[in-house]
Amino acid sequence: MLIDGINAIKACHHKEGHPHHHPHEGHSAVETHTHGGREIKVVRRVLDANDMMADANRRRFAEEKVFVLNLMSSPGSGKTTTLEKTLQHLMPEFRCAVIVGDICTTQDADRLAASGAPVVQINTDEFGGDCHLAAHVIEKALGGLDLDEIDVLIVENIGNLVCPAEFDIGEDKRTVILSVTEGEDKPLKYPLMFRECDAALLNKIDLLPYLDYDVKLAADNILQIHPGMPVFETSAKTEEGFEPWLAWLRSSAKEKLG
Amino acid sequence: MHEMGVAMQIVEIAAASIPADLVGSRVATVNLKVGKLSAIVPDSLKFCFEAVSKDTALEGARLHITEIPVRAVCNACRNEWTIEQPAFVCHTCNSGDITLLSGRELDIESIELAEEDN
Repeated sequence: MLIDGINAIKACHHKEGHPHHHPHEGHSAVETHTHGGREIKVVRRVLDANDMMADANRRRFAEEKVFVLNLMSSPGSGKTTTLEKTLQHLMPEFRCAVIVGDICTTQDADRLAASGAPVVQINTDEFGGDCHLAAHVIEKALGGLDLDEIDVLIVENIGNLVCPAEFDIGEDKRTVILSVTEGEDKPLKYPLMFRECDAALLNKIDLLPYLDYDVKLAADNILQIHPGMPVFETSAKTEEGFEPWLAWLRSSAKEKLG
Repeated sequence: MHEMGVAMQIVEIAAASIPADLVGSRVATVNLKVGKLSAIVPDSLKFCFEAVSKDTALEGARLHITEIPVRAVCNACRNEWTIEQPAFVCHTCNSGDITLLSGRELDIESIELAEEDN
């Protein structure tokens, strides 16, 4: 029996273990057999609409030559401080902009705007108090930015180690921040996040003298989920360990920007 | 945590999959494949689905979820295995260079239409 949708999925592996195809292919609903009621084959990814929008974003970022980083973490791990400091170092070299997601408040956006980079704040309240930034939300936020004038766009996602990992937004690289106040076992509890990212920061290492924290165990747990992934031990407060992280980010951006 | 949004997408896709000549039919079952690595809690999804399917062709439909194991292949020694623990390293040769074969699914496989009473 011909089931177009299944063939389309097999031919279009978008990510590892992440079958993905487009709704126009999935529309080939084929009636297969009858038991009780009639069964209609559908074979579509539930997040098709998001993936299509993410692909559209990605094409636009390619055309406009913008490197996009999706920065994710749990709440309170130091995303905004890391981003503030990162912008300070990158800004002389790259024209940066930020999209910052928050369920409510504009505090993060206000802090980041002090860097001089254009900042678009998204309050997901308007989008149903979402736990993640979806591709269509990013597309909407791009209306507030002049991509011609931007080399590096950093998306500060909603603080959450679960949902943002599931939603492609069209980014080039994904980074997760884990802070040393969060427990060494977090990578094992949130494997999808650590599996999906390209680099991890182990942040707030300035607090290590006051904590009973095993940095090696935390790093080993990250590598157990994602062998070979770069893990940077950083303190956004003191900027200790920042240079290797910045070097990775610069080289990732240059790889795309040429 | 995003089960509500996922449930809404399921209702939208399933309703759009009812063939044109059968519009007006009710959907009895939605067959869904959920990979064990996807960030979805089946019970939450069923709860949300029940809520968002009200007043649609899917009201009262059963969400039949098949959980898909996380399978991997080692790119070094070609060993294939099912990942049961949060460790993404080859059991045989200890290589970390692996490719996931399944486990990320969140797919609607099919819908089953309700039989008409008359």
